[in-house]
Amino acid sequence: MRYAETGYTLEVDLSRGNIERVETDPKLTELFLGGQGIAAKILFDRVPPDVEPFSPDNLLIFSAGLLHGTPIPGANRTAVNTISPQTNLLAHSLMGGFFGPELKYAGYDRIVISGKAPDLVYLWINNDKVEIRDASHLRGKGVHETTKLIRKELNEPSAQVAAIGLAGENRVYTASIEHGFASAARGPGPVMGDKRLKAIAVRGTKDLNIARPAELFNLCIQLRKKMAESMDVGDWMAVDEDDSFHHNNFAWGNARTRIKDYWSEELQERWTNWKYDNMLRQKGCYNCSKKCINVISYKGRKFGYKCYGKDTYHMAAFKELDFTYEILPFTMEYGLDSYSTPQVIAFGIELYEAGILTDKDMPDFPTDSGERVFYLMEKIVRREGIGDILANGVYHAARQIGNGAEAYDHNTVKKFEQLPIKLGKLNPPYFLMIATGEKMAITQIEGSFPQDPLPTIEEREAFVNKWKEVVPDDKFLKWFMEWEKRNDISNEASCAITDWNEAMHFLDDSLGLCGFLSSFRGQFGGGVVYHVNNMPEIISLATGMEIDKEGLWKTFQRIRNMVRAVNIKRGMRRADEKPPEDHWAVRDHEFEQQLLDEYYDFKGWTKDGIPTKETLDSLDLGFVSEEFLQRGILTGNEGTPSKEAPTEKEQEQKSGGC
Amino acid sequence: MGEKKIVRRIRVNLDKCNGCRACEMACSAFHAKPKYSSINPARSRIRVVTDEINDEYVPIRATDYSKAACDGRRVYTVNGKEYSECSFCGTVCPARNLFKEPDSGLPLKCDMCEDDPPQKEPLCVQACSLDALTYEEVEEVVEEQVKADELEIGLKSLVDKYGVKKIAESFARISQKSL
Repeated sequence: MRYAETGYTLEVDLSRGNIERVETDPKLTELFLGGQGIAAKILFDRVPPDVEPFSPDNLLIFSAGLLHGTPIPGANRTAVNTISPQTNLLAHSLMGGFFGPELKYAGYDRIVISGKAPDLVYLWINNDKVEIRDASHLRGKGVHETTKLIRKELNEPSAQVAAIGLAGENRVYTASIEHGFASAARGPGPVMGDKRLKAIAVRGTKDLNIARPAELFNLCIQLRKKMAESMDVGDWMAVDEDDSFHHNNFAWGNARTRIKDYWSEELQERWTNWKYDNMLRQKGCYNCSKKCINVISYKGRKFGYKCYGKDTYHMAAFKELDFTYEILPFTMEYGLDSYSTPQVIAFGIELYEAGILTDKDMPDFPTDSGERVFYLMEKIVRREGIGDILANGVYHAARQIGNGAEAYDHNTVKKFEQLPIKLGKLNPPYFLMIATGEKMAITQIEGSFPQDPLPTIEEREAFVNKWKEVVPDDKFLKWFMEWEKRNDISNEASCAITDWNEAMHFLDDSLGLCGFLSSFRGQFGGGVVYHVNNMPEIISLATGMEIDKEGLWKTFQRIRNMVRAVNIKRGMRRADEKPPEDHWAVRDHEFEQQLLDEYYDFKGWTKDGIPTKETLDSLDLGFVSEEFLQRGILTGNEGTPSKEAPTEKEQEQKSGGC
Repeated sequence: MGEKKIVRRIRVNLDKCNGCRACEMACSAFHAKPKYSSINPARSRIRVVTDEINDEYVPIRATDYSKAACDGRRVYTVNGKEYSECSFCGTVCPARNLFKEPDSGLPLKCDMCEDDPPQKEPLCVQACSLDALTYEEVEEVVEEQVKADELEIGLKSLVDKYGVKKIAESFARISQKSL
């Protein structure tokens, strides 16, 4: 018997209309856990590097996490992975809600979608009965309308639905997949549209088995109690109305303008009233007592948001919170990512102001900044006129527009829009995270080690008091206690901090746990409920798999390198690993490159950022090193930067070059 | 005439529910055999009737079985939101696919988590960290009544579904086989 997982993958080929239920090898779970870990392995194995993202041969994978469907609270984030048309790399995408657990109860750990339907369809998974159904009547419909119509026509109000809106149908690169008030962004939306898959509806009524039931259930009761009582987990922005942090520190418009004294008490009171006067409820995801999603009914339109998603549109438009409330109901129905979309729009507005785009490109372009955002949003979701270019994201649009537009693409990494953060002095761990991260957004990479030192020893001690339980090693406590200035931290610490921060996300995204209880949240408050010290026991009780902390850490490294292998195979190299030039005002190229070398050393990657044969083989990824050798990506003689034989060019430089 | 009895009551505060359905998870775990060995909210005897767009989250518990759906239904408006009467009804009936064992289709019924030793509160209440569900015991005067046990409820629903004759024949056949 399989525990915590169902042991089955649902394979759907939309070109041929073929549906298969395929039993999986338990070894796969031991090596990659589940969720994004196994999805990365499938993408490595089955999508060759010459396959274009908009090819029927690209795969779109919806994965439940290994712990979904178990009593473990907050295990509900579904991973959606594919090759992204924007980055041509692995798309990292997650959504909260109820989808993954329902999929487990239907008897599947994941859905692997290949091919391309001849016309718009949706997938209906009802336990063992799976159908590809016509969706032509849902064309152009908003995601919530689609959800409602599907539930009605199936006569199944309990079906969980994930759908794309008009943006996804039109293959807008910043399109998201929406599920309730959760959404999966950063790549899979346009691929779902390309496959002409409007939605997936799933209903499951099967049992999911637990290896050590009573022990796990008791542990979950304790975790639940801790979660409910603690302010150190969940989204504090749902309850703390002081949002001076984002408004005073993040850049407005096209990631350009900082307004350091923006926030005021008067503003906070006004915005708080807007929120609570119009708020219906604060909602949670499956089996989680936190209330991170604010559900708002504003001028008769309902929508939900969480975290920084409440700020992005009005900060792009230089407006106030009510502007976000005006636009979110539309962007949600269209299925647009609220992190990258406002940036593309602000980029378009800036190009117009700079005269690079003109009235010819944007006929009847309004003068009010808010109306401009609406104008471009409507153009983008329909791919009309300039919208057809902006729909490809800032990086591609800049190059398509040309005429100097490239210089306005100043906030992308690996062709993906970053959070609009522009700071003074370099933060070394952040340099590494932004440069080498492959989850494309810093919120998906940072999180366990605080962003900044605390000013007094007393404050540090108070923080460490809660945090000491969750650190993988006491060295992190020492580094934090001794940390005085943001930019003054040893390279050794920067490498280990980056590694730990990433570890938590890679584990969460494979287990299906929420970052607000784990990977993202340790930096604020220190008292997360899931960490490397208790994850092994939780996994063992749920799955019956024996795993200890060391084994879990190795599993993280394996999954981390698996994800990197997908991207290396598609051509990603050191040259792609750089934060935006203006991310910090003060830069030191030599120091940064030295730090990057040290990190590659630490990770067992070559000077070009490729995992060495030795690294891959030590992580049971021999099949990757074998393929890298065959493809000439590795020769097998590579070392890490400090152990690498200097190239001829470097020797020349050392000898003066003449 | 009646007798004094302790009535076990679950108070439901709809305003506090965040729609997470931990109550369903816990109920299905408790009623699994062996206890907690599997999770399946479809087997739960409490369900959160959910309509996200209408902001409707109503935890209801399975009560009695009825072979017929009611022939009239009210629609309530509470604070501007419309609720069907069904959203508050725990009756297991043909009008909807709720509180039926997924395998057999037989009706489920909340037993307030009878256990030995007794649980301090039903599991759904224990699992609700938001106090949307709270538990209390109150003394009430109740009319005496015969409590239909699980076997009788199950059998009655089978009779309703297939008719007495078919059930009697099947029963005779099974009895012979097991003799």
